[in-house]
Amino acid sequence: MARPTDTARESKAAAAPGSVAFILKKSFISAFVALVLFSLMIGVRTEAGPAGQLIYWTRFGDLAALVAAVFFGSIAIELIRGWLGPSRRVSLVPETLNSRLSGLQRFLAPALLVFALLVPVIFYEQRYMLDLGILVLTYVMLGWGLNIVVGLAGLLDLGYVAFYAVGAYAYALLAQNGLPFLEFSTASPFVSIQFLDLGNWAFWVLLPISGILAAFWGMLLGFPVLRLKGDYLAIVTLAFGEIIRLVLLNWQNVTGGPNGITGVPRPSLFGIPLTNTDDGLAARLGIEFSATHRVVLLFYLILALALLTNWVTIRLRRLPIGRAWEALREDEVACRSLGINTTTTKLTAFATGAMFGGFAGAFFATRQGFISPESFTFQESALVLAIVVLGGMGSQLGVALAAVAMIGGFELFRGLEQFRMLVFGGAMVLLMIWRPRGLIGHRAPSVYLEKPTEISSAMVKEGHG
Amino acid sequence: MDYFAQQLINGLVLGSIYGLIAIGYTMVYGIVGMINFAHGDIFMIGGFIALIAFLILVSLGLTFVPVILLLVLLVSMAVTALYGWTVERIAYRPLRQSFRLAPMLSAIGMSFVLSNYAQVAQGARVKPVPPVITGGYTLFENDGFVVRLSNIQIIVVVTTVILLAIFSWLVARTRLGRDMRACEQDQTMAALLGVDVDRTISMTFVIGAALAAVAGMMYLLYYGVIDFFMGFIAGIKAFTAAVLGGIGSLPGAMLGGLLIGLIETFWSAYFSSEYKDVAAFSILIVVLIFLPTGLLGRPEVEKV
Repeated sequence: MARPTDTARESKAAAAPGSVAFILKKSFISAFVALVLFSLMIGVRTEAGPAGQLIYWTRFGDLAALVAAVFFGSIAIELIRGWLGPSRRVSLVPETLNSRLSGLQRFLAPALLVFALLVPVIFYEQRYMLDLGILVLTYVMLGWGLNIVVGLAGLLDLGYVAFYAVGAYAYALLAQNGLPFLEFSTASPFVSIQFLDLGNWAFWVLLPISGILAAFWGMLLGFPVLRLKGDYLAIVTLAFGEIIRLVLLNWQNVTGGPNGITGVPRPSLFGIPLTNTDDGLAARLGIEFSATHRVVLLFYLILALALLTNWVTIRLRRLPIGRAWEALREDEVACRSLGINTTTTKLTAFATGAMFGGFAGAFFATRQGFISPESFTFQESALVLAIVVLGGMGSQLGVALAAVAMIGGFELFRGLEQFRMLVFGGAMVLLMIWRPRGLIGHRAPSVYLEKPTEISSAMVKEGHG
Repeated sequence: MDYFAQQLINGLVLGSIYGLIAIGYTMVYGIVGMINFAHGDIFMIGGFIALIAFLILVSLGLTFVPVILLLVLLVSMAVTALYGWTVERIAYRPLRQSFRLAPMLSAIGMSFVLSNYAQVAQGARVKPVPPVITGGYTLFENDGFVVRLSNIQIIVVVTTVILLAIFSWLVARTRLGRDMRACEQDQTMAALLGVDVDRTISMTFVIGAALAAVAGMMYLLYYGVIDFFMGFIAGIKAFTAAVLGGIGSLPGAMLGGLLIGLIETFWSAYFSSEYKDVAAFSILIVVLIFLPTGLLGRPEVEKV
């Protein structure tokens, strides 16, 4: 029997769902709630006046439009719900398409790879497309890096951007000041710190160093959070990310504070600079200098880095450590009782994920030529996490497609800058409601018993399945 | 000593505000088991609603400050509570049976929605408010250093204490409080015994949002400025307070809030104000490592 306060069932008794009266009643309630919610926030606009005092003006037109939109929107939703039938689960991608998609995966991945390789050829004249491609690939790489931590090891990391920042600042600072080393001498004070100017080789020498430094920070974060699980782990990693950002912001004499670091050295093609000089690449090849050469180099660089991330992940999965990560994701207690060292398993997951974040950070710094703490906010972490979740947590192809969809979607909203995060947040909520396992589908463990049971990432509970 | 006393007062006032927000976190975590990431932004919305209601009331010709403040408080609590209810209804209720990560991610999305909604609706610039409550008492004076207790500080602390008393009574003595405690222990069993779980969870969000609205209004009156981004940092600090006090425990949330407020104030006063947020976040990490159950929390038993 219907419980008295259960609104859905209560109204079922009064009017059947789908009937006009029911839909109208529901829509009126929604519209009324919207009216109360928006009346002050939308209906009245405040602003600091010229003399510092607050002034306000009313916007009843906008308010009315919004309330009407909610009213008709909720009618539309009810109609669609009635039309789709009693099934509560609305799937964006139909199951049949999903299974066909997994069949397609075999061909889709190589096709995408070939397309990615050809992008600079196809879009050589279109600088915008090249830049967009670089941006997408950066997020593909970040997504794949975070995927190791979240998707494979099941550790929810909300501070991934910290490692990105460590990589970027490590590269920028070392490239500008030179690589420090200790010089020993026979005269007092015997040891002195010298800085080795790396010249054109800066990027290639510092890329692995940035990655290693980021991995080190990953371990540093990993140690304290070893005992934490789930939400606690998420909030600690978030706090860690914020601490890194705040330190970068306030440690003025090293990081330049909010002004950031300008003039970060550009990459070279294995020591050959891409400048309009006599020893530049264009002059050596005897072709005309063009700024696009560097963009193409950056494109292939990030493509190579992203593919490296992917390759290492795929290889690691087949090693005992990769299997241990997946086991950890499925059930930590079972993992421990089977003799897997959860400490090293977690630490390697953090360190490996952080290392790729560091690589991406170094690339980001050399691409932008300028970095500041502005680029490493929580929003970035959330964006990368959203990519991993949208991609289905663990699926390599899914993450890549999700990055394309996400960054492409962001570009569509370029003209409406201020609505971008609004839409992003809303999309995240809707995604969780409709397809919590991601749009592309999720990844089953690499190894399982011959009779696969429901053990999969579907049971992921961040380390305690 | 005088400086110390003054900072103690400031810290207690700030801590009261954090404590009010922290109660919302701790209640929701206790019952639903999720970190309501959007709660900090609910606090921000509460501040904005209070600001707008205040402006309207003043322009309507009301001049008697206590009446204005009371009305603003009521409007802000009511509207913000509706925000809390709506957020739960839209973003969390459909996910109650989902995997554990889902509500958290949905809450992060909701947090973005709320803060950017405020930005779009009210603009990105900081909103200043003229000091409404002025005056205060000089407690003592020493070598020219005056230790003051301003009226607004008294109001913040007294309001917090009153609300806390009402709220403790609500949880301990009323039907709703009993339902809430039942849901916290075992939702299925509570439902079997006739507790309307959906309604109880909704009410938890409503009460949490109303308290956050009070915190938002107090913040507005105390600091005199408000912006759309303030919910994020305040939210994390209030969550830190909830964790420090032991998540799920109401006195713990208040105690944690006071401690965080004091630590932050003293850190700013004696070390550096730039790193006060770093100090607060470091405390979160240290507490979770060495004292995962917080000061007043119960240990969680790990079950296979």
